[in-house]
Amino acid sequence: MGIADLFFYLFSALTTGSAVMVISARNPVHAVMFLILAFINAAGLFLLLGAEFLAMLLIIVYVGAVAVLFLFVVMMLDVDFAELRAGYMKYFPLGATIGFILLAELVVLFGAWKSDGGISVTPKVPIPDTAAITNTEAIGHVLYTDYIFYFEAVGIILLTAMVGAIVLTFRQNENAKRQNIGDQIARTPETSIEIKKVETGKGI
Amino acid sequence: MVEYFWTAIWPWIIWTPILKAIQSLAFIVPLLILIAYIIYADRKIWAAVQLRRGPNVVGPWGLLQSFADMAKFLFKEPIIPSGSNKILFLLAPLITAFVTIAVWAVIPVGSGWPANEGTSWVVANINVGILYVLAISSLEVYGIIIGGWASNSKYPFLSALRSAGQMISYEVSIGFVIVTVLLCVGSLNLTDIVLAQQTGLANWLGVPTLTILNWFWLPLFPMFIVFVISALAETNRPPFDLPEAESELVAGFMVEYSSSLYMLFMLGEYLAVTFMCAMTTILFLGGWLPPADIAIFNWIPGVVWFMLKLWLVFFMFAMVKAFVPRYRYDQLMRLGWKVFLPLSLFMVVAVASVLHFFDLAP
Repeated sequence: MGIADLFFYLFSALTTGSAVMVISARNPVHAVMFLILAFINAAGLFLLLGAEFLAMLLIIVYVGAVAVLFLFVVMMLDVDFAELRAGYMKYFPLGATIGFILLAELVVLFGAWKSDGGISVTPKVPIPDTAAITNTEAIGHVLYTDYIFYFEAVGIILLTAMVGAIVLTFRQNENAKRQNIGDQIARTPETSIEIKKVETGKGI
Repeated sequence: MVEYFWTAIWPWIIWTPILKAIQSLAFIVPLLILIAYIIYADRKIWAAVQLRRGPNVVGPWGLLQSFADMAKFLFKEPIIPSGSNKILFLLAPLITAFVTIAVWAVIPVGSGWPANEGTSWVVANINVGILYVLAISSLEVYGIIIGGWASNSKYPFLSALRSAGQMISYEVSIGFVIVTVLLCVGSLNLTDIVLAQQTGLANWLGVPTLTILNWFWLPLFPMFIVFVISALAETNRPPFDLPEAESELVAGFMVEYSSSLYMLFMLGEYLAVTFMCAMTTILFLGGWLPPADIAIFNWIPGVVWFMLKLWLVFFMFAMVKAFVPRYRYDQLMRLGWKVFLPLSLFMVVAVASVLHFFDLAP
């Protein structure tokens, strides 16, 4: 057993443990913190697999951006725990029934499922030798050379979603004061200052 | 059994971690001493601009001021507000300090002696160095958000929200600036980025002695400025120190913090600032490479050049702090999203096109 195995068990235990804590933590902020811990440990697992690019990307995208937004929203919410738990017993039978049905379906499905003796599909793009090429380059080749059109399509779909979200939530506030930087810079003493001679004891 | 211990357990489970720990310690101790003098220099430069003396009592010329401050912070009583979330309140400064130290692991500070030898002094020379930097520095925002929220007080919370918005906004433009550099290098390894600056513009212009022209600050000039300004915003330095804005938010997200907890935040802040200086040095100022190909310059060890450049960039940061007035929050956001983002996005496309059509891509 090498050090990699030790770390595998450490990371997997922490990932599953914190995933359980995400749904069982009482405080939503704590739940988000456990989610972040789960992401970081998952990145550790990727590192052990030699997928260093994916590991770093997981932290940059999920921990650095997505989880920050989660945390933002959860912190801004004024969560009333008593109110949250008020309906708990009322809805418990319904929730338990739905959960039980799903579980039963899964049991039936996996009971009837037979494997045909291993997956025999060969990948369309051969998996490159990790010693010869860094995995950043390998992923780059796959995304930008072999599957460029799919990649572009995904980009356009995401852009559409983003524009849609902005259009739905954007409200122009007529009363808000806005600064036009161009106007601001174009101001000269002549247009912005007025000099008045004030006679003593009279005021303006 | 004994054989197994020496071949399998000793080298991988015991010796490697010990070796890495020694290396890290040998890196972190000089780094923290550097931080002590960066803080001292910051205060001295600020004082000089304002015609004050600055710290001048502890030790000759006040050189031991930072150490005295550290001792003071350590011996004071940490006060934890009764309404705070205690675990997260204690966790926040630890996250800040841990993350800002951890990010230094991939920074190459010098090369073998004499300079230009092709190797580098770095704790972890990993392939995805730049991504590691982006990943770890994106965690810095957590120290601030958690600190602000766990204090259970209005000013820290407002400040934490401001700070998070600011850091996320400027991470975007920093990312694009780094992409332009990476396009010219063809590698995510920080050592490769420095070594890629050994040849370039100076050779094409026919003055190979002036290696200073090879560094990316000149060919990617607007990006250099964008990076430095974004670095100021990313580390909450003045003129973008809105999270701390004393005039409106008392002292930002660390109002409720005292003694050693506050010290960890301050340490983290200066580590992040120094780190951004180091990144500017590596990405745009040629890391440890000497500025001219002259024998006497080549004899000077690379780490000396690295430190000189780092101090030069930090001097710029300190001067900006001393004489630029603070931005308003909407101006800050405008600069980030409406000026830097389109500019850096355009530069990514422009640099990529130039490299492609003139067949310069590495």
